[in-house]
Amino acid sequence: MSDTHVDTHVDGNALAGDLREIFAVDLTVATGQCSGCGYKGSVASLRVYQNAPGVVARCPACEEVVLRLVRGRDRAWLDLRGTVSLEIPLPS
Amino acid sequence: MTASARSLVFDVPGWPGHLPGQHVDVRLTAEDGYSVQRSYSISSAPDGERFELTVQRVDGGEVSPYLCDVLPVGAEVELRGPVGGWFVWRATDQAPVTLVAGGSGIAPLMAMIRARAAEGSRVPFRLIYSVRTPDDVCYADELRRRAREDGGLDVHIVYTRRAPEGWPGVPGRLGLAELNTHAWPADFAPNVFVCGPTGFVETVSDVFVALGHDPRRVRTERFG
Repeated sequence: MSDTHVDTHVDGNALAGDLREIFAVDLTVATGQCSGCGYKGSVASLRVYQNAPGVVARCPACEEVVLRLVRGRDRAWLDLRGTVSLEIPLPS
Repeated sequence: MTASARSLVFDVPGWPGHLPGQHVDVRLTAEDGYSVQRSYSISSAPDGERFELTVQRVDGGEVSPYLCDVLPVGAEVELRGPVGGWFVWRATDQAPVTLVAGGSGIAPLMAMIRARAAEGSRVPFRLIYSVRTPDDVCYADELRRRAREDGGLDVHIVYTRRAPEGWPGVPGRLGLAELNTHAWPADFAPNVFVCGPTGFVETVSDVFVALGHDPRRVRTERFG
């Protein structure tokens, strides 16, 4: 990975660090369902745009915003209204 | 490395170890508090409290020119990681592996190749590595050596602009024919890892799906 430019996106792998600060498990391996089109896929495969005040992740199928994360100095806001559900693998 | 890439080795007390394919987030903060963060893949095999990042200089970038040209040996850097569990190869998985790198996308795939050797794994690996010219091949000597010595590792380099003298074929984009010839066929149910610039990754992963690979086994990592 490398410096990103304004008009490009990366993928959900880039969310791993920010999400790991909030959740006890790695959320990039979770399977999410898009509320826009019903597409199911790993969080790692989302399209991630980092050139905003926060991070915006869109569905790779229909481009609906499925996740938004804004980080403040001492808190974070996580907006998941574009996600129907997240299926999270756990150690058995 | 190459004229525009640098390998940085970090010693991190208490480093928990990483899985091949994972990355770290590097944060730089200026004196006025402005800070910027980028993700860089780890290119080394797990090795105690030490790991290596390979950074490609992006002209006009905010982070990579500093890491490549300014950061002195011995400097401390703010890191978060290792993170990411999706684009990861585990030595316990016995399926054959196809690795496809575009440019500096080689870094996490190099971690997998090195970890395979370090673990004495016999899982067959095929690397297809797309570069512009012979001068842009990262780890050129090491890849040549490993292709000879690491049994079960095939390395195929694709030159898109200029090939070495005497190279059979003409330079050109990596396409269906080359992936069909040099990657494991879909029937073998290989794990496929594709890393590179966004356009490259989307083209290559579409070809794998068109060739009949299960999309869930084609793992991708894009950079901008």
